[in-house]
Amino acid sequence: MKRTIFGNQLLPWLLLAPQLLITAVFFLWPAGQAIWQSFLREDAFGLKTSFVGLLNYRALFNDGDYVNALGVTLVFSVAVAALSMGLALLFALAVDRMLKTANMYTTLLVWPYAVAPAIAGILWWFIFNPTIGILPYLLDFVGYDWNHSLQSGDAMVLVVIAASWKQVSYNFLFFVAGLQSIPQSLREAAAIDGAGPVKRFFTITFPLLTPTTFFLLVVNVVYTMFDTFGVIDATTQGGPAQSTNILVYKVFKDGFLGLNLGSSAAQSVILMGIVIVLTIIQFRYIERRVQY
Amino acid sequence: MVEDRPFLNFLAHAVLILGVVVVAFPVYLALIASTHTAQAFSSGVIPLLPGAEMANNYMTMLGTGMSSSGAPPLGGMMLNSLIMALIISLGKIVISITSAFAIVYFRFPFRNLAFWAIFVTLMLPVEVRIVPTFKVVADLGMLNSYAGLSVPLIASATATFLFRQVFLTIPDEMLEAARIDGAGPMKFFRDILIPLSRTNIAALFVILFIYGWNQYLWPLLITTDDRFYTVVAGIKRMAEVADAVPQWNFVMAAVMLAMLPPVLVVIFMQRLFVKGLTETEK
Amino acid sequence: MATITLENVGKTYPGGAAAVQGINIAIQDGEFLVLVGPSGCGKSTLLRMVAGLETITEGTVRIGDRVVNQVEPADRDIAMVFQNYALYPHMSVRQNLAYGLKNRGTPAAEITRRVDEAADILEIRPYLDRKPRALSGGQRQRVAMGRAIVREPAAFLFDEPLSNLDAKLRVTMRGEIRLLQRRLGTTSIYVTHDQMEAMTLADRLVVLNGGRIEQIGAPLEVYRRPASAFVAAFIGSPAMNLLNATLDNGRLRIGSASLPADVAGSGAVTLGIRPEDLRRTAGRADALHMSVDYVEELGATRLVHGRLEGQKLVCTLSADSTLGDMLALEADAGALHLFDAGTGARIN
Repeated sequence: MKRTIFGNQLLPWLLLAPQLLITAVFFLWPAGQAIWQSFLREDAFGLKTSFVGLLNYRALFNDGDYVNALGVTLVFSVAVAALSMGLALLFALAVDRMLKTANMYTTLLVWPYAVAPAIAGILWWFIFNPTIGILPYLLDFVGYDWNHSLQSGDAMVLVVIAASWKQVSYNFLFFVAGLQSIPQSLREAAAIDGAGPVKRFFTITFPLLTPTTFFLLVVNVVYTMFDTFGVIDATTQGGPAQSTNILVYKVFKDGFLGLNLGSSAAQSVILMGIVIVLTIIQFRYIERRVQY
Repeated sequence: MVEDRPFLNFLAHAVLILGVVVVAFPVYLALIASTHTAQAFSSGVIPLLPGAEMANNYMTMLGTGMSSSGAPPLGGMMLNSLIMALIISLGKIVISITSAFAIVYFRFPFRNLAFWAIFVTLMLPVEVRIVPTFKVVADLGMLNSYAGLSVPLIASATATFLFRQVFLTIPDEMLEAARIDGAGPMKFFRDILIPLSRTNIAALFVILFIYGWNQYLWPLLITTDDRFYTVVAGIKRMAEVADAVPQWNFVMAAVMLAMLPPVLVVIFMQRLFVKGLTETEK
Repeated sequence: MATITLENVGKTYPGGAAAVQGINIAIQDGEFLVLVGPSGCGKSTLLRMVAGLETITEGTVRIGDRVVNQVEPADRDIAMVFQNYALYPHMSVRQNLAYGLKNRGTPAAEITRRVDEAADILEIRPYLDRKPRALSGGQRQRVAMGRAIVREPAAFLFDEPLSNLDAKLRVTMRGEIRLLQRRLGTTSIYVTHDQMEAMTLADRLVVLNGGRIEQIGAPLEVYRRPASAFVAAFIGSPAMNLLNATLDNGRLRIGSASLPADVAGSGAVTLGIRPEDLRRTAGRADALHMSVDYVEELGATRLVHGRLEGQKLVCTLSADSTLGDMLALEADAGALHLFDAGTGARIN
């Protein structure tokens, strides 16, 4: 809150107008449409629309594909968060030991942030391509027949790697910032108290990184749930046999390809609910950390 | 570093070098692939050393596109991506900074309501409300246009929050001094607030440019006219064809070109990029 | 140049809390008035009301003959120096000084002339092209003053302008501000919580407490005849001793000790004696006997801390005096300040 303000009444509305207009037209209105749509069902020929209450929602939870998508999303999110955060922490700890070379390593590690998820997907799809890819070629030597277009497990591994590859850079930067904010004197005190590097990590460094870790966990879940659309679409397109069909991809497929508007809208509404919960968690974290 | 342990230092370097190599590996392969002829892939294994066709492949992609799949030249698509990224990033900055100014420096009825309306946009990624948003844009006749590509993505709660926080750290006395110096609201905004926020604006621009350039689903849906294709979305169309008729050299040349601008931005503006990323927290 | 008149001025916040109330001050043209009081006494609020940065909910403020209650800060013909200086960090010193003039449409030649003149007065000419962050605390302070001077306003308003400086610089700048104000003859209101600053700068000072005026007067007048126990304790360093005493038909009793008093009546009072008004005595029957706790050496003098009849007492003695465990002290009748034990108002 500012102590002193301007007295104008009309000007603030003019300043807010563009943002409010766009928010209303492209965010609030479509979100309202989605909610309304989720209570409707069209007949088979798209001629008649009737109000069906919560039927679309109930149908979703009786739909094996939807329940499967929930599970796939969970596995995908946990795997990407664990893999990308684990590697990022490892790199951050290593960079934290560096003095002169820290900047160079950082540059060499963060650039994948700038690569579009779809591009990341294509890059790894190329590496894992069953006919010409280098990794299936190498896996063949140990007797593994890689084929992500036929084997569900392979497909999941592919999208997890592609999505994590891009996310490591983000997590890395936040872990580095988190490590730098730990006062050097704490670690020195622990060293004088006789704690070696490993003990110091588990008793001092890691506990003090908890807020960063928690924040990143939320961000990573949001990332895997929504921003990895391009990864999925460029690689497996949800297959084989729905094994990589995450929630946000299913909304798109059912709405645009399947033209099942009521069900797609109900899925949208559920996703919005998930985002709202995650955003509130994240927002509370930011507000707590940044206090003026 | 608390104490010097040669073994740990060695281990740290080893981990980082391995990390850098693994992170760079997919791009290295793409780069190598983009320097060969299409025939180089028919042997069954990806070549690991550069070929001689680099200039040829890139010129082909930039100038004429992929003839077999009817994909347009990349030059045009990259220009479209640039236009979309610039409209999105500059648009977001402009409407966010004015919104934050209104919210922080004025008191008016429904101020909190306005604030929450903007906050809601943070909660609703475009992927989640894709179907109804598509319908709105179609109804407004904005399919296949730069406006359709960018305007629906311009509202930004994140940037508004960032500027709000920046403004809250500016001491009250700055406004008081300016008022005594005879500056009205817009003069204060232009002469004091914008110059004081310029590094935040630059940092945000870096993040938003990447965000805009990398848009995928949205351009894929609303462009059916190849004059408005963007490069990231366009590659998908190419790669789909490539699976049937492998022209990996061309696809990978396109991939390299599509990721080059944002990657260069990150590398050359690393300081601003890190600042932007850690400040927006999203 | 102008007079500033505050008539029955008050400010009540929307929640009902009163920041200041019932303020009546008439500031002469060219006068240097200091508002002094502890934090939260309303002194800054009052200054900001004169500046136009806080709304005035009661009374009227006049600058010259004009009622300015509804006038924008920029149109009040005042200039303000802030505690944190509030220099525009992205502008050079020259631009900082010129900004207010430019906004008023002053011709460029005139701006240059005034900026150069102010820079010469304040000796900041070598820094004119630097940014504020490249300046030391004292230099920033001068720039903040320069920004006020170039405007050639009817009044200067100072909001604790020296409290961000170190002790030594504070004393230097204090002298400079006084000199500058004398030279320009501009009416000034100066807010501080530091009574020493208030004493040394003011033509008149206003002691504020809890949003009300305790006393207005020239520094020495306030020092010599504080109007209340609050002012007595606030003005003067070391602070005045305040003792619980009983007035008993021309005698003041403090426990078993007693002093002659020239006030009639009887009952509980607060007795104030400044440490420097206490001196040693030998052989006087009704001397005050003080037990010594500890001594602070100040060089020329020493502060002796101890107790009189169980109440804390401080006295200032010359540094060459020899001390025992007990001191016999006396004070002139004229140096005794009597205050009502309940209201704190002066009664002699």
